[in-house]
Amino acid sequence: MQTTTDQNRQQLIEYINQLPDRPYRDSYLIAVLHKAQELYGYVSRDAMDLISSQMQIPTAHIWGVVTFYHYFRTQPPGRYQISVCLGTACYVKGAAEVLQAFKDRLGVEAGQITEDGLFSLLEARCLGACGLAPVCMINDKVYGQLNPDKVGRIINDLRKAAR
Amino acid sequence: MMEYAITICEGPTCIGRHADRLRAILLEELAKRGLKDHVRINISGCLGMCHKGPFLVVNPGYTIYGGVTESDIPVIVEEHIVKDRPIARLAVQEDHLFNRFYRIFGDVGFFGKQMRITLRNCGIIDPENIDDYLALRGYEALAKVLTEMTPQQVIAEVKQSGLRGRGGAGFPTGLKWELTAKQPGPEKYVICNADEGDPGAFMDRSAIEGDPHTILEGMIIGGYAIGSNHGIVYIRAEYPLAVRRLEIAIQQARQHNLLGKGILGTNFDFDIEIRLGAGAFVCGEETALIQSIEGARGMPRPRPPFPATSGLFGKPTLINNVETWANIPVIILEGAKWFSSIGTETSKGTKVFALAGCVVNTGLVEVPMGTTIRQVVYDIGGGIPGGKRLTAVQTGGPSGGCLPESYLDTPVDYESLAKAGSIMGSGGMIVMDETACMVDVARFFLEFTQSESCGKCTPCREGTKRMLEILERIVQGKGRPGDIERLERLGNMIKKASLCGLGQSAPNPVLSTIRHFRDEYQQHIEQKRCPAGVCKALLTYTITDACVGCGACKKVCPVGAISGTKKEKHVIDQAKCIRCGQCYTTCKFNAISRS
Repeated sequence: MQTTTDQNRQQLIEYINQLPDRPYRDSYLIAVLHKAQELYGYVSRDAMDLISSQMQIPTAHIWGVVTFYHYFRTQPPGRYQISVCLGTACYVKGAAEVLQAFKDRLGVEAGQITEDGLFSLLEARCLGACGLAPVCMINDKVYGQLNPDKVGRIINDLRKAAR
Repeated sequence: MMEYAITICEGPTCIGRHADRLRAILLEELAKRGLKDHVRINISGCLGMCHKGPFLVVNPGYTIYGGVTESDIPVIVEEHIVKDRPIARLAVQEDHLFNRFYRIFGDVGFFGKQMRITLRNCGIIDPENIDDYLALRGYEALAKVLTEMTPQQVIAEVKQSGLRGRGGAGFPTGLKWELTAKQPGPEKYVICNADEGDPGAFMDRSAIEGDPHTILEGMIIGGYAIGSNHGIVYIRAEYPLAVRRLEIAIQQARQHNLLGKGILGTNFDFDIEIRLGAGAFVCGEETALIQSIEGARGMPRPRPPFPATSGLFGKPTLINNVETWANIPVIILEGAKWFSSIGTETSKGTKVFALAGCVVNTGLVEVPMGTTIRQVVYDIGGGIPGGKRLTAVQTGGPSGGCLPESYLDTPVDYESLAKAGSIMGSGGMIVMDETACMVDVARFFLEFTQSESCGKCTPCREGTKRMLEILERIVQGKGRPGDIERLERLGNMIKKASLCGLGQSAPNPVLSTIRHFRDEYQQHIEQKRCPAGVCKALLTYTITDACVGCGACKKVCPVGAISGTKKEKHVIDQAKCIRCGQCYTTCKFNAISRS
């Protein structure tokens, strides 16, 4: 029986194989990395090696690209990914306090994951929902007009839901 | 029974307010009453009036229902759809005398003072349905170009319109087209820059989500004009909805022979593909963007050669911003002469702003160039909520500057804004009231540009870091005499010596706040005071005589800095206080002062 990792591997190889040759196959590296992150949840060292051998691009170059762009993660994310918007509109409406509240409640800094693997905290640059400022996004859901009290309630609700 | 069409705005803010759930409930309600075949449900992109969302727009009649809740749905269906009685109580209604959009949006002042060219279809058509776009003269400009105009005539028309790049720098679009067209082919590229990275800006996102075909049409016309048959939209991965709608639009355009081989029966071939960005602000710079499409780290390179001569894969490349592309079909249809009649001497047409921050009406605003900032903030934006005073308006995001009250009558055009110490930028407009500290705002923007600096050139990499250190020192109450001058010297040096637009504009927020709010900096440095009460390290909390001794503050203080007996005035031990402000927010008697 195939494991999920094997399946992911297979899917990634298939994705690379169907890429058009022109113009310039190497230029699809970022698209391939997006696919890898979609499959695995992050871009692992193994995935980079696989891409390297499939696309004939040195892993060092791939590593350079992955670490240059904020969107790519090299660590697996938490079950709930919290992105606190620090865009200007949110910032002038108190996003810094909201972020601090998340840090205090979860006991992690931005870019870290809680010990139980439940929450990972990220700083985001403008989620485009400025009308609801300050906002955060948890997985694909937007939470608007936040304040430190609301943050506490959201975390409690998610903890309950996860049980 | 009458037939109705109900449009639901599914822009980002409205989705955040559960517009998608409203749609499900509406469908259910209609099904329950057997009305499904009598009412067409449309979705639309951002209507732009985000503060009043979510919306249902009921046609015919153009009734806009705002702030709709789940319990309003049965009422709207019962009263408006079944009984044909629009519900005034739930509709967005504002009195307004001169309203260009009366026919479309009814008597709503927010739209009345705008002039929507690039956003003309946003909030009106269903972005996932090409028929909606075609019905509003969609792809007519393309047909006109392919059948009646030579590439040279198209370029001449764009040149004559006076259109300038909407990405921020304002380079004349027609000239750019002409330069690219002159290069030898056949391999040339057309790129749409949709890497909207400015925090607080969401114009391009809304334009694509609300009306993706306009951008495609603009690009196809551009391809025809310069002799290219390959278009690329470089868009942020953070905008999944915009990406999906673009994909749908491209698919539909291919089915209608508007993309692909032999477009509309001519011998012109053109196709468009989407390339995703991956979250790097610097990739909004054109040479960095090209690097990113090529699959590399997005680092800029010196210009010349400009992309017009050597761009993507070393071939001539035409790069324009989303909003620039969206103007093209209108210019072709209505003519350059009409377009150039809008705006000012040097800046033609309109500009879209994402109005946000401390303002009553947040949302998307499109105004003719030359409209003053005051008109945008007060007439359309509705002013500052809560009776507060305006401190500054920030334009141009991290590359722009803060303008004080006295500059509110500055018209929005490239030259006037630059003269005032800010820039047009891509269209973010953030309003700040007295609760914003200008030094902290400058620090915020610099922290952004510093972390987004790609690190290639020294002035930007090291310079912004040093400026940020000085600013952090100031907001922590450790500012030294001469810091302001140091910031100015360093900032001017970075502006002159940096490789790309990111570095060249990174000091703008600092330099403009120093220029207009020098006294705030001085107060931070000399008196260790933050007049807006933002910089924590500079605040002192004291308990006034209004204290009734309830003890609430004592309970919330995390470090036990407050002492006092019940029913007597309490005191804060300044040595222990960590200035968290908990007591200040907890006190019900306004007995704690912050200065």
